[in-house]
Amino acid sequence: MNTAIAEIQPGKPILAMDHISLSFGGVKAIRDVSFDIRKGEIRAIIGPNGAGKTSLLNVINGFYHPQEGIINYKGAKRNDMKPYVAASQGIARTFQNVALFAGMSTLDNIMSGRMLKMKVALPWHIIRFGPAEREEIEHREFVEQIIDFLEIQAIRRTPVGRLPYGLQKRVELGRALAMEPELLLLDEPMAGMNLEEKEDMSRFVLDVNDQFGTTIALIEHDMGVVMDISDRVIVLDYGQKIADGTPDEVKNNQNVIDAYLGVAH
Amino acid sequence: MFYRETGQFKTSYRTDQAVFPIKQDAIGIWVLLAILFIVVPLTFNDFWLNSIMIPTLIFSLAAIGLNLLLGYAGQISLGTGGFMGVGAYSCYKLTTIFPDVNILIPILLSGFVAAAVGVLFGIPSLRIKGFYLAIATLASQFFLVWAFGRIEWLYNYNPSGAIEVPTRRIFDIAVTGPHATSMTRYLIILSIVVVLTWVASNLVRGRIGRAWMAIRDMDIAAELIGIKLLQTKLTAFAISSYYAGVAGALMVFMWLGAAEVESFDINHSFLILFMVVIGGSGSLIGSFMGAAFIWVLPIFLRSAPDYIGLEIGAATVEHINFMVVGALIIFFLIVEPNGIARLWQIGKEKLRRWPFPY
Repeated sequence: MNTAIAEIQPGKPILAMDHISLSFGGVKAIRDVSFDIRKGEIRAIIGPNGAGKTSLLNVINGFYHPQEGIINYKGAKRNDMKPYVAASQGIARTFQNVALFAGMSTLDNIMSGRMLKMKVALPWHIIRFGPAEREEIEHREFVEQIIDFLEIQAIRRTPVGRLPYGLQKRVELGRALAMEPELLLLDEPMAGMNLEEKEDMSRFVLDVNDQFGTTIALIEHDMGVVMDISDRVIVLDYGQKIADGTPDEVKNNQNVIDAYLGVAH
Repeated sequence: MFYRETGQFKTSYRTDQAVFPIKQDAIGIWVLLAILFIVVPLTFNDFWLNSIMIPTLIFSLAAIGLNLLLGYAGQISLGTGGFMGVGAYSCYKLTTIFPDVNILIPILLSGFVAAAVGVLFGIPSLRIKGFYLAIATLASQFFLVWAFGRIEWLYNYNPSGAIEVPTRRIFDIAVTGPHATSMTRYLIILSIVVVLTWVASNLVRGRIGRAWMAIRDMDIAAELIGIKLLQTKLTAFAISSYYAGVAGALMVFMWLGAAEVESFDINHSFLILFMVVIGGSGSLIGSFMGAAFIWVLPIFLRSAPDYIGLEIGAATVEHINFMVVGALIIFFLIVEPNGIARLWQIGKEKLRRWPFPY
């Protein structure tokens, strides 16, 4: 197994999934799916409910371990990922149903995204003065930039459990951004939002991609958003890939139309 | 009206992240420390120091330990009593082996033995959660109590099976044993508790504390942002057990003077757990409030009939005591399930606005 991590040039695949199959007992969640994500692009994954989109993200960041197939992330080939390894190699993720730390403030939630960048050992934390405090302030400065970027200054000290859904989604994006990811996986970032919130979130996704050069893979049900912001789209149905290409190609693909609208029998 | 932070602007992240960002709080804590260190020793008599201040401080320390584990890291443990015992017995063995070493050193070192035992019994926490973990830690409680009773080496083959605290002196002042005055013991305990509370507040405000809270709130997401679950949980068990161990050593060496197996039974584990739950899990100040509530209230209730001149038999007082404390616990849990610390916080919020209604 090759474990070398290479720097990937923009436009070259950062992640390649090769013939991935995943099943839970008799249920085949993903069947022989292959695709790649190029550095710097926004890659959308769409499909009807139960098509295996979230399972696919879970395979990418190591929650699920596929029975077959090879994952090639930044030149390192492996059969499955481990969540910790995925995180330390630059894969960040948000969840469909917000997975924030409800009892912690917005600030602490986003600070927790810096966990892997913080190196000062336990003994220093006992006295706090010195390295531990310096490190804390250094990362606080970075986190404040994210808070400014996402325009959530006012809720810095609020426990996220008390925030409305739309803001929680934004804080979760902030936590993922704090990890300075190379590959950002967004699981339905706009689910349950009103039009204005969707527009805000789309703007943030585009800005992240544009300003930080972050590669983004997102699952989304709002076709308007998907067609507007993504560079390439994968369509899944019953665990199989039925289409892959630019939004326009996918829109006119007969398989996709059948999957969404049904076929006459 | 006086408790207001208007005009206190923070111009650096350092001041913004202080333990007490509000000036009035910072002043308040220094006043409180001055009272505890100067006024209390000068004015309180032996009964107050021995029956109220010393045990409250010791139980607060144990409650802080459990609070770090339960309130911050979200791992429930019913083994606190056992871990306190590990601290007490290892302190006893250490001071037997090294009788000339300053007694504070064995007390603080015995926490490390408790930490090691805590890590050992914390290993199941990787696989099991919640009630199931509570049952698993119960095993440690039973095993440790068994070990204290059966391994004669632990109590130096004393025929009574108890550990008796020898007299130890620092600069010719007796600090343990029958000759130590309550004031000396109180001041030493207070110093240790203040330092360890400060350490706990440092831990929970930084990376370590955030990792604990992340695991408590959502372990899947915690793993995803790069927190190593096993390592973080075991750190929590280690530090929590350290606090319990030191509290146990202090309990025997600085308060009881002697202890048997029964001093560390499951009742103590429950007692500390109640202190954490009633005081407020996830709050250091709550640990003190919980310990004070559970320990001091019954003492006051017991002496209350005497004060108001009622003639009630001792047994009856004891029964009434149980009923009143039980009712108060239920009352508090209904009024504020997040503990007395939350009530305290709400009170401070109200005070900030007072006397304006908005």
